[in-house]
Amino acid sequence: MAGLDKRVASYEEALAGLTDDMTVLAGGFGLCGIPENLIAEIRRRGVKGLTVVSNNCGVDGFGLGVLLEDRQIRKMIASYVGENAEFERQLLSGELEVELTPQGTLAEKMRAGGAGIPAFYTATGYGTPVAEGKEVRAFNGRHYVLEESITGDFAIVKGWKADHYGNVVYRHTAQNFNPLAATAGKITVVEVEEIVEPGVLLPSEIHTPGIYVDRVIVGTFEKRIEKRTVKA
Amino acid sequence: MALTREQMAQRVALELKDGYYVNLGIGIPTLVANYVPHDIEVMLQSENGLLGMGEFPTPGQLDADMINAGKQTVTARRGASIFNSAESFAMIRGGHVDLTVLGAFEVDVQGNIASWMIPGKLVKGMGGAMDLVAGAENIIVTMTHASKDGESKLLTRCSLPLTGAACIRKVLTDLAYLEIEDGAFILRETAPGVSVEEIREKTAGKLIVPEDVRVMTFG
Repeated sequence: MAGLDKRVASYEEALAGLTDDMTVLAGGFGLCGIPENLIAEIRRRGVKGLTVVSNNCGVDGFGLGVLLEDRQIRKMIASYVGENAEFERQLLSGELEVELTPQGTLAEKMRAGGAGIPAFYTATGYGTPVAEGKEVRAFNGRHYVLEESITGDFAIVKGWKADHYGNVVYRHTAQNFNPLAATAGKITVVEVEEIVEPGVLLPSEIHTPGIYVDRVIVGTFEKRIEKRTVKA
Repeated sequence: MALTREQMAQRVALELKDGYYVNLGIGIPTLVANYVPHDIEVMLQSENGLLGMGEFPTPGQLDADMINAGKQTVTARRGASIFNSAESFAMIRGGHVDLTVLGAFEVDVQGNIASWMIPGKLVKGMGGAMDLVAGAENIIVTMTHASKDGESKLLTRCSLPLTGAACIRKVLTDLAYLEIEDGAFILRETAPGVSVEEIREKTAGKLIVPEDVRVMTFG
């Protein structure tokens, strides 16, 4: 029965096999729905030379930002990286390579990667620096840019609840890139707030079916708020 | 008098129609949400995966898992839905959003827009802006007509790296509402108290002033 039971007992076990120079896909938007504890475990392992694919790169001292402090990231693929002073320093000094990618293209690159589609055409970025060096083709009189999909050695994902089978649901807008990253990792690791008994999650409400998921672990989360905004 | 940010938002809000799905960018576009006419219903799309963005939360409703594309805490309104980022951009790229409002550094007479990168300064990234301008049929750009130094931002050709090519047809500045057609800015409305001469002076790209230019009203 253990074959389909994806639960692991420790964060060390959750990221077993993660080594230098691998590509890691991470869910999250800003600090919302980020796999906080898996990021902390990457830091603890001290692996270097990583290519990290994530919409953003955390902030100084939290989220993916902590991996910058020990120079663990060689290359970042993201759509927006503006909230991080150490990021800026490493970028300007040339220590860090950055591939800025339009947000929708980044999401689709992960979706396509997980779905076995190596590349796709999109109108996004045509006529801009993003399209430089890429194949352009016209369909019905409009220009589209060929964008290659992305897969990772590991995907690190933050869910709300999962069951033993690795079926996952996300909470509110903490969903964002998480289900896409989950499909595109050779090894997909999901950390959740709660692991429930099989049967508790309704089959028709699963966001990420367990087939995509290799390891599930339960954690506790700080859930830091980036821009606390309340009604006047 | 140049329009205030609030007046610009009020003017954009007149373009909203009952039943519209609308994406509002960061800055002045966000303020448009405050001026939705009471007799119509619109759904605001936030590209991090929320259709039906509501008001900011009360302290008691505050939830780290509920944010908008500007990373601010928000609520979901009645009838809202939440989805992943690929689904969100399928809506945007697929042309399902009825109106997109976003800011810019420059626009030009070909409908090109530059809004994400100033070479030599730190580049923070384009976020969803390139997808939004590529996918939307109906886009309103909100921006100041000229820089603080008086340099026009309505150009013959954008000088900054583009966000999108030939995709902009409507521009609301603090001085005027203009449309872009056949390689020119067409002046449609002037801000109250702003002369056509001032607009002409501050528009570097070709400007056409039809006879029926109106003075802007706000609803």
